[in-house]
Amino acid sequence: MLEAILALIKIGVVVFLVILPLVMMLILAERRVSAFIQNRLGPNRVGWQGMMQPVADGLKFLFKEDVIPGHVDRFLYLIAPGIILFPALLTFAVVPFGDQLTTYIGHTLVTIRFQIADLNVGVLYIVAVASLGVYGLVIGGYSSNNKYSMLGGLRSSAQMISYELPLGLAIISVVMMSGSLRLQDIVVDQYEIWNVFRQPLGFIIFLVASFAETNRLPFDLPEAEQELVGGYHTEYSSMKFASFFLAEYINMITASALITTLFFGGWHVPFGILEAINLPVLWEQIIQILAFSLKTLFFLFFFIWVRWTLPRFRYDQLMNLGWKSMVPLGLLNIVLTAIGIAVF
Amino acid sequence: MLQLTLFYIFAVLAVLGGIMVVVHRNPIYSALSLILTLFALAGEYILLMAHFIAIVHIAVYAGAIMVLFLFVIMLLNIRIEERAPGALRYMVYIGVPMAAILFLQLGYLAFKGFQEVYVKNTDVGTVERIGQALFSKYVLPFEITSILLVVAMVGAVYLSKRKLEIVE
Repeated sequence: MLEAILALIKIGVVVFLVILPLVMMLILAERRVSAFIQNRLGPNRVGWQGMMQPVADGLKFLFKEDVIPGHVDRFLYLIAPGIILFPALLTFAVVPFGDQLTTYIGHTLVTIRFQIADLNVGVLYIVAVASLGVYGLVIGGYSSNNKYSMLGGLRSSAQMISYELPLGLAIISVVMMSGSLRLQDIVVDQYEIWNVFRQPLGFIIFLVASFAETNRLPFDLPEAEQELVGGYHTEYSSMKFASFFLAEYINMITASALITTLFFGGWHVPFGILEAINLPVLWEQIIQILAFSLKTLFFLFFFIWVRWTLPRFRYDQLMNLGWKSMVPLGLLNIVLTAIGIAVF
Repeated sequence: MLQLTLFYIFAVLAVLGGIMVVVHRNPIYSALSLILTLFALAGEYILLMAHFIAIVHIAVYAGAIMVLFLFVIMLLNIRIEERAPGALRYMVYIGVPMAAILFLQLGYLAFKGFQEVYVKNTDVGTVERIGQALFSKYVLPFEITSILLVVAMVGAVYLSKRKLEIVE
């Protein structure tokens, strides 16, 4: 019973106190960073330095007219924005934000893990949920009954299937190092040296594939404005459009958190700083969570940085890169990892 | 109690999805209903403590195969059944007896072999156990399956390549 209540509290904290505020911050950050990169100011009028701009944007979305075009497949059109949010939020169930804390609640000794569910198939769970992300896009594209939306949906399904493979291959090499599918074990395994130094090739593959999986530039073919008007969400308006937008940012947060967990030591604080200063346990935990957050925030910045500095790939280039470079490299990386494990 | 409730919820969803697959005129809806069934089955696997099977079930069927199904349906834009309801009318005369025979067969076997089974070992379905079984006791079938998959892959590549040449 206590376990269930703790899990519910954790879900509430993660969704409402971490993800949603972070998404709002990200939308502002995207606009400000893009402005900085393009040498202009960006929105800085609402609140201090434009801090309230996301609130204004949200209100605008809420009060806009919600148009449902007459030619759409009504049922699928209405559920698509919900379906796209579902896998985006689900991945967070297994991301470890920190170590564990053993404490008394009332008179019972409880171990609080800073992770919603410590699955023993955590990595596989991520792969499974990541592969579901495509449905929202495909259903949205199909139900809109519009050529451009349809093309966007088709592109997204082809793209995401192609890049799931290298993503999985990169994860396999990480799992080979740790010998466990549990994400907490993978983090502990990187205590000596982070995976990014042991698996540089795997890291690059994972990074590129996660850009493709989140549909961010340089791989945002499903919504390429210049070619497809708006791609799969052309026919959506108001809050439904916003939920596609929201899903993209949540996916970005998920991808950043996963890169941190799998390749940058998760909540591990580098250089043995924590051991050196010898703090009380609670403070250690807080600092570890902070370390995890900082690493994740860096990758979120990286996502925005790349979006505003790199041009979009052509579709054949995208497919060539996926199948002819990433997949063979991923396989090569597995072989190299196996040789490395056998030798050392 | 909770387990039993969840079992019935998943069972009803699975059957509902299965019926929708057959009944619906629009192939996209059929494919989506099949995904619902797959999810419900994954839920049943989790109730049987087979986490690995459940996750792989979702990753492979719902995550990869059904996406390809949707892709193909959307690409071909199959609307024949929708435009001409009843075009497959004669299927009924084969389909219904076949379904009845299958149902009776399975029902008879299930009725004969029914016994209450409790899942005693809760770690039967874990990755470690499956990995150990797969690479020790069942290593030959496992390797044969992998050869089968490679053959299928080579065949698929060859077929798609040949078509390209004809076009040129």
